[in-house]
Parts: sequence; C-alpha cells; structure tokens
Amino acid sequence: MQSLDIEQLYACHDQDTILNGIDLHLKEGEIGCLLGPSGCGKTTLLKSIAGLHPISHGQIALGNKVISSPEIHLATEKRQIGMVFQDYALFPHMSIFDNIAFGLKKLSRKQKTERIQALLKLVGLEGMQKRYPHELSGGQQQRIALARALAPKPHILLMDEPFSGLDVELRESLAREVRAILKAEGITALMVTHNQNEAFAIADSVGVVSDGKLLQWDTPYNLYHQPHHPFIADFIGQGALITGTICSCRKVLTELGNLKTHLPFGVVSGEKISVLVRPDDILHDDDSDWKLEVVNRAFRGSHFLYTLKLPSGETVLCMSQSHHDHPIGSRIGVKLEMDHAIVFAKHK
Amino acid sequence: MQFKKLSSGHWLVLLVTLLLTTPIWVLVSFLFVPSNDNWTHLAGTLLPEYIANSIWLMLGVSFGTLILGIPAAWLISHYDFKFRRIFQWALLLPLAMPAYIIAYTYTGLLAFEGPVQTELRQHYGFGVSQWFPEIRSLGGAILMFSLVLYPYVYLLARGAFSSQGEAIFHVSRTLGVSPTQSFFRVALPMARPAIIAGLSLALMETLADFGTVQYFGVDTFTTGIFRTWTGLGDTKTTAQLSVLLLVFVLILMLVEYWSRNRAKYFSNFQHSKNPPSKIHLHGIKAGLAIAFLSLPILLGFVIPSGQLLYWSYHTAEQGISLHFFELIWNSFSLAFIAALVTLMLALLLAYSRRMIPHPILTPTLRIATLGYAVPGTIIAVAVMIPFTWIDNQLDAWMRDQFDISTGLLLSGTLIALIFAYSFRFLSIALQTLDSGLGQIKPSMDQSARTLGASHWSLLSRIHLPLLKSSLLIATILVFVEVLKELPTTLIMRPFNFDTLAVNAYELAADEQLADAGLPALLIVLTGIIPVIILSKLIDSKGRP
Repeated sequence: MQSLDIEQLYACHDQDTILNGIDLHLKEGEIGCLLGPSGCGKTTLLKSIAGLHPISHGQIALGNKVISSPEIHLATEKRQIGMVFQDYALFPHMSIFDNIAFGLKKLSRKQKTERIQALLKLVGLEGMQKRYPHELSGGQQQRIALARALAPKPHILLMDEPFSGLDVELRESLAREVRAILKAEGITALMVTHNQNEAFAIADSVGVVSDGKLLQWDTPYNLYHQPHHPFIADFIGQGALITGTICSCRKVLTELGNLKTHLPFGVVSGEKISVLVRPDDILHDDDSDWKLEVVNRAFRGSHFLYTLKLPSGETVLCMSQSHHDHPIGSRIGVKLEMDHAIVFAKHK
Repeated sequence: MQFKKLSSGHWLVLLVTLLLTTPIWVLVSFLFVPSNDNWTHLAGTLLPEYIANSIWLMLGVSFGTLILGIPAAWLISHYDFKFRRIFQWALLLPLAMPAYIIAYTYTGLLAFEGPVQTELRQHYGFGVSQWFPEIRSLGGAILMFSLVLYPYVYLLARGAFSSQGEAIFHVSRTLGVSPTQSFFRVALPMARPAIIAGLSLALMETLADFGTVQYFGVDTFTTGIFRTWTGLGDTKTTAQLSVLLLVFVLILMLVEYWSRNRAKYFSNFQHSKNPPSKIHLHGIKAGLAIAFLSLPILLGFVIPSGQLLYWSYHTAEQGISLHFFELIWNSFSLAFIAALVTLMLALLLAYSRRMIPHPILTPTLRIATLGYAVPGTIIAVAVMIPFTWIDNQLDAWMRDQFDISTGLLLSGTLIALIFAYSFRFLSIALQTLDSGLGQIKPSMDQSARTLGASHWSLLSRIHLPLLKSSLLIATILVFVEVLKELPTTLIMRPFNFDTLAVNAYELAADEQLADAGLPALLIVLTGIIPVIILSKLIDSKGRP
C-alpha cells in the first residue's frame, strides 16, 4: 500500500478543461471519497490516476514515484492500480476463479488457488470459484469485482460509482462491508460517487468536487457542519441561505436574531452576507411565542419538514416530530437552536 | 405445465407449418426405405469423395472467412483512420456477389486463355501455364467462397466487438495486461460466440452452393444430388443423399443457434455499453489498415464487377435482345410474386405470435422457418417428390373419371417453385417483420385501445405506418434472394422457363462466359440493394 499525492492537476478533453487544479493527498491505508454531481470531473480524476486519461498539467505520485505528469506517463498496466468499475466489468466468458486470477502473474497454480481462496473468504463468497458471473446477484458480482481488483495487491484501489448498480437498500450496507474489508487489509482507496450516504458510510475523508475543482477535503462531519462553500452547504444535507448583516467581528444580525460566527476573509462590518440555516437549527415548539407561517410541508414518516416564511419573505426549513401535523397557511411556534452560524460572502 | 386451449388461429398456424415442411418430412421418411443398387454403388465410389470435398471446403472456407472477417471487424470497431466509414459498409459489398458468379469472373480472368495468363506468357513464355494454379479446383472454390462469405463473420464479429464496453478493456489494463494481450484474452474470447455464429452461416452457404462447385468440377453433396436426380432419376437415392447432407446442415444450425444465444448473453451482460474510444491511426499504420481492408473488397467485389462490366459492354449489342427482356420479366415477376407470398406467410406467423401468444408457437415457428438452412438443391428435390406424386394421383383419377389428363398441375408449374422459395426464404421475411413489430411496444397497442381504437383502426393507424419500412425491406430481401437463387430454379422451373440466374449458369456451362456477363451483372446490381439496407439498419442502431 502506498500514499497518493496529486498536485495542481489539470486535465482536458478536446477543448474543455475537465480538471481545474486539483490538490489531493491520501495517506497509506486511508479511504477517500470524491463526491459530486455527474459531470463534475470526478470520474476523469479517477481515470487520470489510473492512466486512462492524459493530464495536461501538475503531477500524480504513488508513494515516491511520479506516475503522471505532462512529461511522464506510466502505462496503465504498469501502475499496479486496482480499479472497480461502475458495471463491475466482470469477464462473462470466464469463471469467478479465472476472473480473479486474470491479473495474477508469475504465481504457481497452487499459489493462485491459495490467493483466490483467501480473497473469496475476504469478500464472503467462499466456494463460488467455479460459478460464472451471470450466476451471481448484483451484490455478489460487485464483491467479485473487488476481489479481482485486490488480487494482484495493488498500490491503491480506485472505485468508480461501485454501488450505483445495486438496489438502494443494499448500497449502504455493502458500502460499510467494503469499508470493513479495506480497513482489515489496510488498503489505500479512493472512490467516486454522487451519493453522500455511500460516501459517508465508506470514507475517512470526503472531497466535494464541482466544475473540476476540489472545493473541500474533510471529514464527513465537518463537511456538514463547517462547509467552506455555499455549493457544499447546498449539496450535502438540506438547508436554506438567508441574508444577514455583519454587526461586529463575531456577530451577524439576521431575522432569527444575533448569531455567533466566524467571519470569512475580507468582509467588513455592515456588509450583507448569506447565513446557512439547517432544518435542525430551527426546532418546532408549540409553546413558543415566535410564530412563523407554513408555506410548504413534506411528510417524511419519522418527521415533518416544514418550509416556513420569515417576515422578509425569505424561507427556512424546520424539522418537527411526526405527530405535529399543521396545515399550510397556519402559523407554528419555533425556537432557534444554533450555537454557531456558517456564513458565506454574497456573490455579487 | 398446463396449456391454454388452442384456438382456430393456432390450428391455422400449425396447418401452415405442416404444409410448408411436408417436403422435409417426406424426405426424411426415405431413411426408412431400403436403399437400392445405386446407393450401394454411390456409397462405395463417390460418397467418400463428396464427404471429403465438403469437409475440405468447410475447413478452407472457415480459415479464409476468419482471416478476412475478424481483423476487419476489429479494425473497424476499435480504430479510426481515413475512409473508415466507407470501409464499414463497403466491406459488405461482396455479399452482393453470388459465389457462382464470382467463380465465372475469376475463371475468365485466370484461365489459360484469360488476360492474366496471356500477359504472363508474353513476358515469361509458355512455362507460365506449368506453374500457374488452376482456378477451377477445390482451392479455387475455397477462395471464391471466402471472398464472398467473409462478410458474415465480419458483420457478427463487428457487432460483438463494438458492444464490448470500454470498462472491460480498462479493467484488463488496470490488472496489468497490455492492449494487445487484452485483444487475445478478453475481446476475442468474448466475441467468439458471435464469430462462430457468423462462421456457421458462411458454412451453411458453402454447403448449399451448387453453381460454384458444379462449374469448378468439385464433387460435393449438391452436385451428387443434382446428378442422381436429373441423370439417374432415382428418387430414393437422391432423397437419402439429401438427408445425409441435412445432417451436416443440422449440426451447423445447432452450433449457430447455441452461439447466438451465448453471444446475446455476453453482450447483454454488460450494463453500460460506452463503446471504447477509437484509437487514431496515422501514416504507415493507417496505410496498412486501408490496404488490408481494400483487399477483400477489391477481390470480392470490384475486380469481378469490373470483369462483368467488361463482358457486358462487349456483348451488349447481341445480348440486349427480346430474349434478355423476357429473362428480366420472368425473373422479376417470379421474384416479386414469391416475395409477396412469403410476406403473407410471414405476416400470419408474426401476428400469431403477437395476437394469440401460446407456448406451442415458439417451436412451431422455429420449425416453419427451418428453410433458411436447407440447401436449395434439397428443397427442390424435396418439394418435387410429393408434388409429382399428387400430380400423378390427380391425373390418374381424372383420367379414370372424366377421361381428362391434367398433366403436371403443381410440379410442372411455377406453383411448386414459389412454394419452394417461400419455405426457403420465410425466415428472412419473418425476422425482418419481427424486428419491426418489436418496435411497436405492447403498451402502444394498449394505449391505442384505451383511447378507443378498434382492432382495425389499431392495425391501419398504428401498425401499418410503423411497419411500412419493415414490410418493404422484407419484400426486397426475399426478392433479391429469389433472383440470385440458382439450384432450386434450375431443378424446378417449368419447361422453357428461363431466369437470369439460369441463363447465366447455362451460358457459363457452354463456355460462353462473356455472354453470361450481362445477366450476371444484373443479378449483382440488384444484390447491392440489400447491402445498402443492411448497412443503413446497422447505422441506425447507433453504432458509430
């Protein structure tokens, strides 16, 4: 296992810049995940690491060895990178044994058999080696694809939307299972997905990618609670942005009251800024004197998600217990439970 | 399993199938008739040669079609170079060239008195004819078949290669396997079922051929059947020889059927089918690719067409006569009527499966469309046996009762011929209609019905407009096949009824090769139409 270092990576496709100065560092044994909407460049980043896409600037290094730079391009087959593809890409004409053995070279038949037995045990599919891919369920195929990628002991494992072909109920549980396998083997891995639940279930660190830029590389907890960018605040979890005015270096004045905050660089007192309000920042309380009008509501089973209108016309979200059933147009009592506000400079 | 009761529609389909396939069952029944002296003689002398020649032909044609078809398919599906899009369809052109016609052209070009040997003799003296290979030989036949049949392998292999998703190759490379090795370890094995299916089709055509092997003097089953039938008039031995050939055909059919299913599953198995991005070839490499792909097109289409044009040009003055127009009229009207009859049958079968689905229809339709694999010579013989018998019975009865001789009402007229064509080409028409009907999803029928459309208005307002092109294509495909067909027509045509194919055959057999040029050219020109349709169909499926 080796660490991964990406510095100032740029990549283009035809005339379009797909990757726009990516810096990323993954420690040995760390599991990273790139999260972003489709078309943001995350798959291109993965392909660049695998050597399946050329880069135009910057460099990629595995351990101490540079594998990609504008001058150096190590062929994919020489990089010792394991990759799991979105559709698994199992070879339909080969048995499970032959699929996993595909990348195993210079091993005797006995060593191969031992290695494959061990891998099948690792992914929990012992005794399946004689079957063919079409005889397996989607989840089983996925695990075989993982075993095949791990077989040649790659320096790093890359996974491109590995759970997107599976049923929704299966995705998170399999993601946790894969995490357990990778951690047990101490494997450095980088996954891309557009699904934050998968990302949070599997990764130590998650990077949010938008328009070819890595906006933030952080723990899942921090991405939710301390997003550095309005895009992340919007992409991860729910929330609304309302207008606030800076009144001192630690305080921002909003319709919800005076909130504590850390100011972003370069804003001055009296300036208007955006304040992130999560649904769990505003609690429903029938006893509260502070009442807001319900303009929309969504029943989510375990809770209601109300959209409430502030006097200025801006809206915020509020989560309430499932049995607090209030119609649209009524005014419900709320209270604020936010000890620290996240603010963003307003885009002009 | 409990079957639903059969309706009258099902019985109609069963009856049609039984009638269509009666000749084959009659033929097979001859297995249970003790053989006669002719058979004993045949088995001791000629039969081993028929079998040996057929096997050598199949081996040679396998080699030839694979060596031309697979690299062509790989180059077209995975590389990009100048003129690639032209080559993509031009590689299908040799399909327009019937094997017996290409055989005439190369005989004309390469025989002792032909331009090639004459030219060589002028430079190197008479020694040339000592070493110059004889085109009218087993080897020559293999070459002819390979040149016109490789498109089957090319077509199916290309389909398989271009349905292999990009991820398959990427995963192979991340596992440390180079692109070249990936071709042999992944791409080729995954395409193998499709390649084998294409090869089986090519080999069925090889076994079915009569014109080429007859002209080249290579004795195979078809020439043996023809000789026993026309020369000896021995029904029993002809039928038994035919059944033996059918065994070979049956094996090929099973191989084809099995491979196609496997190929379908290999291509369906992949979820995403992003075709791999094509590798650009420049300079020498592009030149080599173009040279390699040009070779089969030149040899299999351009040169023989040139020879036909040359002959036609020089014989046009006497060639274009009243007789020639009569030939065209005979051929075209016969082919058109046969195409319409076949289309009607195909419509009946296609709609039965859609409107009154029943488990019994699947095997029934498969049996009804077996004709595509049965060599024309056998179909001719098989149809003639029961039809002649019916004619004779009818004639005897009519004479008995009314003292009128009806003669050969069925077997001596075009009815028998059209019947034979319909059986042989039904599967082409049915496949075309089925794929057309497949585009009309059952939910369209249902939504039309919920909007108040009657059965009739459903057919005329939804199905007919959507099926129009399939109906047209099916008609054209059968039309052209009938036009090219030689042995069935040769054996079954009414007395003094000539077609273009029969005329070309007879002129060539009379050593009047140049005169055969005009009818042959017309056959090849009409044969180009299906090639255009085929390449359009493939393009519209969105494979770049």
